[in-house]
Amino acid sequence: MKPASFSYHVPTSVDEAVALLAELGPQDGRILAGGQSLVPTMAFRMARPTHLIDINGIAELARLTAGGGIVTVGACVRHAAFDSGTLPGATGALLRKVVQNIAHYPIRTRGTFCGSVANADPASEWCCVMAALDGVAVLRSQRGTRRVPAAEFYQGVMATALDEDELLVAAELPMLADDTRTGFVEFSRRKGDFAIAMALVAYRLEGGVIVEPRVAIGGAEPHARRIAEAEDVLSGQAPGAAAFVAAAEAASAAVDPMEDINNTAAYRRGLVRTLTQRALESAE
Amino acid sequence: MTVKPTSWIGASVERLEDKPLVTGRGRFAGDVSFPHQLHMRMVRSSYAHGRLKAIDVTEARAVPGVVAVWTADDIADLPPIDFREGPNEKLAPFRQSVLAKDVVRYAGEPVAAVFATDPYVAEDAAELVTMDVDELDAVIDASLPASEFAAGLTTEPTICRQGYGDIAAAFKGAAAIVEMDLSVGRHSGVPLETRGAIGRYDAARDVLELHGAAKVPHKNRESLARMFGRSTAGVHLYEGHVGGGFGVRGEIYPEDVLVLVAAMRLGRPVKWLEDRREHMIAANHSRQQRHCIRAAVDAEGRLIGIDDDFFHDQGAYIRTHGTRVADTACGILPGPYRLPHYRVNAHFRLTNKTPAATYRSPGRYETNFVRERLMDAIARKLGLSRIEVRRRNLISPDEMPYERPLVALGDEVVLDSGDYEGLLNKALERCQWDRLEREVAERRKAGEYVGLGLAMYVEKSGLGPTDGARVNVHTNGEVEVITGGASVGQGFETVIAQVCAETLGVDYKRVRVIHGRTDRIEYGIGAHATRATVMTANATAVAAGKVRVKALDMAAQLLQTDAGQLTIVNGSVMRTDGAGASIDLGDLAHHLRPVSPTRGERDPGLAAEGWFTTAHMTYPYGVQIALVRIDPSTGGVDIEKMLIAFDVGRSINPMLVRGQLVGGFVQGLGGALFEEFQYDERGQPLSVTFADYLMPTAHEVPEVDILVTEDAPSSCNPLGIKGAGEGGVAAVGAVIASAVDDALGGKGLITQIPITPQAVKAMIDGQRK
Amino acid sequence: MTERREITLTINGTAHKVTVEPRRTLADVIRDDCGQTGTHIGCEHGVCGACTVLVDNEPVRSCLMFAVQAEGRSIRTVEGLQQGEQLHPMQEAFMRHHALQCGFCTPGFLMLAVGALEKRPDLNDEELVDILSSNLCRCTGYENIIKAVRAAAADMKARA
Ligand SMILES: Cc1cc2nc3c(=O)[nH]c(=O)nc-3n(C[C@H](O)[C@H](O)[C@H](O)COP(=O)(O)OP(=O)(O)OC[C@H]3O[C@@H](n4cnc5c(N)ncnc54)[C@H](O)[C@@H]3O)c2cc1C
Ligand code: FES
Ligand code: FES
Repeated sequence: MKPASFSYHVPTSVDEAVALLAELGPQDGRILAGGQSLVPTMAFRMARPTHLIDINGIAELARLTAGGGIVTVGACVRHAAFDSGTLPGATGALLRKVVQNIAHYPIRTRGTFCGSVANADPASEWCCVMAALDGVAVLRSQRGTRRVPAAEFYQGVMATALDEDELLVAAELPMLADDTRTGFVEFSRRKGDFAIAMALVAYRLEGGVIVEPRVAIGGAEPHARRIAEAEDVLSGQAPGAAAFVAAAEAASAAVDPMEDINNTAAYRRGLVRTLTQRALESAE
Repeated sequence: MTVKPTSWIGASVERLEDKPLVTGRGRFAGDVSFPHQLHMRMVRSSYAHGRLKAIDVTEARAVPGVVAVWTADDIADLPPIDFREGPNEKLAPFRQSVLAKDVVRYAGEPVAAVFATDPYVAEDAAELVTMDVDELDAVIDASLPASEFAAGLTTEPTICRQGYGDIAAAFKGAAAIVEMDLSVGRHSGVPLETRGAIGRYDAARDVLELHGAAKVPHKNRESLARMFGRSTAGVHLYEGHVGGGFGVRGEIYPEDVLVLVAAMRLGRPVKWLEDRREHMIAANHSRQQRHCIRAAVDAEGRLIGIDDDFFHDQGAYIRTHGTRVADTACGILPGPYRLPHYRVNAHFRLTNKTPAATYRSPGRYETNFVRERLMDAIARKLGLSRIEVRRRNLISPDEMPYERPLVALGDEVVLDSGDYEGLLNKALERCQWDRLEREVAERRKAGEYVGLGLAMYVEKSGLGPTDGARVNVHTNGEVEVITGGASVGQGFETVIAQVCAETLGVDYKRVRVIHGRTDRIEYGIGAHATRATVMTANATAVAAGKVRVKALDMAAQLLQTDAGQLTIVNGSVMRTDGAGASIDLGDLAHHLRPVSPTRGERDPGLAAEGWFTTAHMTYPYGVQIALVRIDPSTGGVDIEKMLIAFDVGRSINPMLVRGQLVGGFVQGLGGALFEEFQYDERGQPLSVTFADYLMPTAHEVPEVDILVTEDAPSSCNPLGIKGAGEGGVAAVGAVIASAVDDALGGKGLITQIPITPQAVKAMIDGQRK
Repeated sequence: MTERREITLTINGTAHKVTVEPRRTLADVIRDDCGQTGTHIGCEHGVCGACTVLVDNEPVRSCLMFAVQAEGRSIRTVEGLQQGEQLHPMQEAFMRHHALQCGFCTPGFLMLAVGALEKRPDLNDEELVDILSSNLCRCTGYENIIKAVRAAAADMKARA
């Protein structure tokens, strides 16, 4: 399980990185961020990039900022940044909740938020966050900068709108209003594993009823997405068992779950119901 | 005042092994390197079954740094890997060749070997080897009708049959008959260190060396010498640190043979380290069996007869163990119960999966699950409690030793000692079973899915017949115990040192224990079947006892005292009343040097050899109890309480016994809830990473209550020891199945392990409908 | 295409100048090129944690970093835990509590626990178990590892 040979490049600026990508991307050059997904894949020789462009030395990409109603996560911001996190408000609280479910501590010290977003594993928690919050992927190439909303960015199992010469320089998350309640629950057979399914919910109360509901499901389908059917059920309802059960039911009816040897579509569908309900019940 | 030597047996002392291991100075296979060594990389079949028409190695050979690439043609003179216990004509055609020829029979089967100056380069080159294979249908289910293995041979090489009594009559006279179809999933030891082998040929001494050996170095030396037509004097195996054995590590595999042959033929040391993916498809799998079992009982729930047909999924070839796991399963299935009539047929089947062999508690983990499921079913059928049905069937202490006309590990089954009901009572009391039952009933009423499980079992250990050890006191007072045992991480050195220290009267820290080295001692049983502690410890006690006698005799002369008035305390010989002078063992060794004038007529050296021989294995026994809670929405199982009660006869180091039991329990938990080698219908392995093969982490593990008793010392050896190595794992599948089943209403729904959340959820949904 | 780079790795304060292909993992280079074989390799895909080392005092999987990425960083391995003859409290606790059997996973657990506790000495029990679930042990069943780390946490605080 030794990776195949590659040439190694260490740009120190985004410009340099995109220049390298423009040249090497078409020759199967790849970005190396935290390496926590790419390196195992290379060890199995399921990926054998001829060039690796290591972005870990680009200081400008290591920034995590909150301002103007947006959290901007630079490409080199690691999962662990959210562990202890200084991010304010409901968004900060949500990300702290979510990050505990991603792999394990020594992987979180290396793996990056944007690496997860770019890698687009169906069970990536950050992808679920991107979907739920309508995050925007900021893509830079020598051709310019594109800002692609999550709903368009994700296209299938590990498939995104990212072109081979593009660098995901940052992910932008619109900040939730401070009084937003959020909940996140996932299920995996062992803690820390990629989840079989997950549910992320957020809503506010106005006059005792739910407004701006968000329900996103990850892990069950080829990519995470918001489930409008469930959100519609919640809108205008008082929070409580009746609304939550109905929304969970709507979510489970709306998904078209993937199947694998250990998880039938029916089982995943059931999990979606359970997890949505629990996420709603635990939202705070 | 009388002086009192320190008692080492029974003391929970720190391990001698630990210091190098916590400081990063261990020597595992990967840490062994020789100058100028080559690295071997295997090319493996990606097909589960196919005709191998051609292999092309030209591109691989051309890679700079590659020294050789071998296929079966290059080693045509090597026989297939033989059985450890010697030739067996009937099974011989089913052995695995070192490299596949003409046919490949499992995904992962070695087809070619690349030798290169660097492991990365070897892997690059291995990828360039191409194979032309006509894919054939893969046999995945061992319980389907047998098919063709090769011309004139079927996929059922043999049926292992055991039994006694009149089974037909037993069923005719039965008040009730209980029938079940029970399956155990394919899983295995999966030690954290993968396999590794370093072959070196020392032409100066004409000695072929295998480093990275484990488990049974002496036996393997014999097998390898036979294979190469060399004398055993010209083959030596060296065991360093071993990162977990569990039955898997230390058997002879194709790779071990290859590094040795290559070391001779290529004239350079050859190192092979298995990678994790390889381990999951190449090292022995285990456990997979399907039992179609029936029990005949009388109106009181007493067993009259058991009739079992089971299918043992051996995988693609028969490896070094032959049919041992299936045989053991047959011999041990009745467990702690009286069973007047018994018939078992083990259909030993070949499939297109990785070959299988032993994994900690082989044949018992499986049959404990099967038998205990059956006992629960009998209780249900007759409306008895699960405890009561067991009580009615347990063999009682006054029936000991209890002979059974059965064979396990080639040894007649004679249960040497045991108070099974006594231990059951202690276990029930310890966990407050009655209270737990009441609580469970109440929680169920409140809608929770909770359940209690119970399993009883008999383990075996101390397979003989004979083991020896040499004890040698050096002139500085340090004691060396040279054994043919092996250490797979279980604390072997410490235990042997404690026994030696106790017998001799020295501090155990002054004892150095040699193991796993064929160049230091001619004979050795290694470490398997939980025998090291029993056999080697008793041999050590004999040898140390002889040294003691010699030391006292020499000291008596020097101290001018009668030997009967002397004792040894902390390495010094002194009078039992503490009066007068004393003399250190090191000084006595000095007096016993060949040139020493004081030695007199005595043989030189403060050293002795000791042998221990036993007629039969010894049978420790246990009770496991579990309380589980199911999340009905996800099907997830949570273990709230776990008790293991186990009688070890006599415990040399209680801390280590506990460690063995807890560690074994967690492995058993893996097999009960998480671990399985899965295959698709083409025979492609699906569990090749640690993300797919789920071993428990610290999160999945409950607190375990351990009750170790010493109520029934073994009558088979003077120390009274029974091994504890396999007692933790043996009944975990059984007890978890029992508890989950109970949580689901006690209807006998759980008929296979591992129990997955998806399966549990489906059962719950099924019941609701 | 076997380009090689000359790099200097600082392991436990000692500089090792080595020439390596970029594809060589940090774990392999620590072991094979720098001769520090205390760091073990159990899976090479990031799950087992046997290869855990501290890079700039953060626990990382050394099988998932390339050695070229560790140039200029401070690497700490199990060999660097003891001070002269004095074992680290974590090493002592592992011995005292029988937190190892075969010892293969031990260096990874030691580095994981030391790294975590140096950062956050006040980890509660639940957090500790959560962190320790990062690594696999096939022998001990974890019970004693958890006990040892708990005990060492107290010792580390006392000695700090
Ligand atoms: C044992 C284990 C368990 C794990 N469990 C989980 C889990 O439960 N949940 C989870 O979400 N993840 C899990 N992961 C994956 C981990 O979170 C990874 O860190 C993450 O998926 C990828 O981030 P990275 O920075 O490591 O990216 P890398 O591995 O460096 O890259 C991944 C891919 O994305 C590309 N890429 C990375 N960054 C960019 C960029 N800025 N622009 C363009 N392309 C880019 C790379 O070229 C590569 O193709 C686990 C990993 C391991 C080893
Ligand atoms: S070897 Fe690095 S995590 Fe297993
Ligand atoms: S002690 Fe063997 S793997 Fe942990």
